[in-house]
Amino acid sequence: MRWLVMALLAAAAVSLLVGDGVLGVPDALVLVQIRLPRTLLAILVGGGLGLSGAVLQGALRNPLADPGLLGVTGAAGLGAAIVFYWGLSRFFAPALPLGGLAGAGAGAFLLLLLAGRSLSGPSLILAGVAVSALAAALVALALTLAPNPFALAEITFWLLGGLQDRTLLHVALAAPPILAGAALLLRLGPGLDALSLGEDTAASLGIPIARTLRLAAAGTALTAGAAAAVAGGIGFVGLVVPHLLRPVLGERPSGLLLGSAVAGGGLLLAADLLVRLAPLVLPLSQAPPLGVLTALLGAPFLIAIVRRTVP
Amino acid sequence: MTGVSHATVSLGRRVVLHDVSFTPRPGQLAAVCGPNGAGKTTLLRALAGLLPHAGAPDPRRVAYLPQDARCAWGLTVRQVVALGRIPHGDAAEEPVVQAMRACGVLSLRDARIDRISGGEARRALLARALATEPEVLLLDEPTADLDPAAAHAIMGLLRATAEAGRGVVVVLHAVDLAIRYAHRVVVMRAGRIAADLPACQALPALAEAFGLPFGADPQPRLLPPA
Repeated sequence: MRWLVMALLAAAAVSLLVGDGVLGVPDALVLVQIRLPRTLLAILVGGGLGLSGAVLQGALRNPLADPGLLGVTGAAGLGAAIVFYWGLSRFFAPALPLGGLAGAGAGAFLLLLLAGRSLSGPSLILAGVAVSALAAALVALALTLAPNPFALAEITFWLLGGLQDRTLLHVALAAPPILAGAALLLRLGPGLDALSLGEDTAASLGIPIARTLRLAAAGTALTAGAAAAVAGGIGFVGLVVPHLLRPVLGERPSGLLLGSAVAGGGLLLAADLLVRLAPLVLPLSQAPPLGVLTALLGAPFLIAIVRRTVP
Repeated sequence: MTGVSHATVSLGRRVVLHDVSFTPRPGQLAAVCGPNGAGKTTLLRALAGLLPHAGAPDPRRVAYLPQDARCAWGLTVRQVVALGRIPHGDAAEEPVVQAMRACGVLSLRDARIDRISGGEARRALLARALATEPEVLLLDEPTADLDPAAAHAIMGLLRATAEAGRGVVVVLHAVDLAIRYAHRVVVMRAGRIAADLPACQALPALAEAFGLPFGADPQPRLLPPA
């Protein structure tokens, strides 16, 4: 745990020294207005995704669970797509993150509505799949009906996920829901431990199953929804981070929560550093989208880990 | 005391329990036997408060081990057994160690539960229920997956646990273990309690429930179909 925090702090320090394709100590304005928000957002977004991934894998007893599974991140993407579709950002600068947050909120509401009163793991997954499919269909509709090619390109590029050109306003909008969601999720430890023995046994241990799952879903909606609202679709962090930590911290779900938050923040910060450095090393006209990079790195990594742990 | 009275339970359109009343008694090991589908597991789940609309008992007083109990993650045996302390909200070491010792998994305490044999894992999960130190233990097939020696050891442990003042209810398919170790045998058939007898008198009722002959040569036991 100590080395995780130290790695995170080191990555944060480096992050302040690395710009988009430039190295070196910047002047104060660049530092505060550009690199600081980007660093803070990487930690918040990555930490939120890592933590909610660890909680969902524990709550659903499924090593393939990911915050995206609940459809709230897809709904955040839909909210952003709607803002692009009508070009709302031209009239009101924070429209984009606010649209993402509104989409995530609507998605979370629909999720809990569909999952019903007597919530269980399968009903939560089913509701998440339904919300995801609905959000994806509506985003596809927005793409096909896009009023002009710029809106189409903007929506597509935003959905790929990234942290460039974010400001302290984005931090101010994303931090409260992510931190509130994280506070909610970090308290679920004992319930998740009990759930590793199945819902019946957990219930006999006095864990309120429906309430625990509802809190896990709500916490995920807050963290991953707000993360997607400011950073777009960043996949694989929530899925991979708990798997990275299990061999080191053990498999008990409660023991993975804080570590997944720290490691998720560190991992996304490192990935974003690669994004910024890539144009220096590779013949690219433009930095690759962060979401593309996390998926490119995450997919083979995940296969390697799962191959090693699953006989 | 935990118990059900006049319980009728339907799953879908099938009635699985018909007007069943049963209360575990302290100091007694009760074995619930009967053919597949007789409602044994449903009775145990009803006692554990796991059926819809049933009031849940105090989790510190009642521990339940389901038939298909398993651990989703590779926790160590000690971590699994320590989950039994969740209802108390403490990290008491003594009951955890005692439960592991009683179930013969103390030497495996640092092994991952997904890297030990099925029988060893089963004993670790039983130790989890014991670690709660409940007044009533509800165990669904605690001897499944166990070799005969381990099955006898566990049944002996459960009898001793009952005689120390707890109420123990086990669903058992191994009729010989039920007769040998239980104080009381509850014979279920088609969702009803067909008989509730001292173990030494239970064989005829069991034979009738299973539709098998029985004999007493050299020990009272069931015989293969005639």
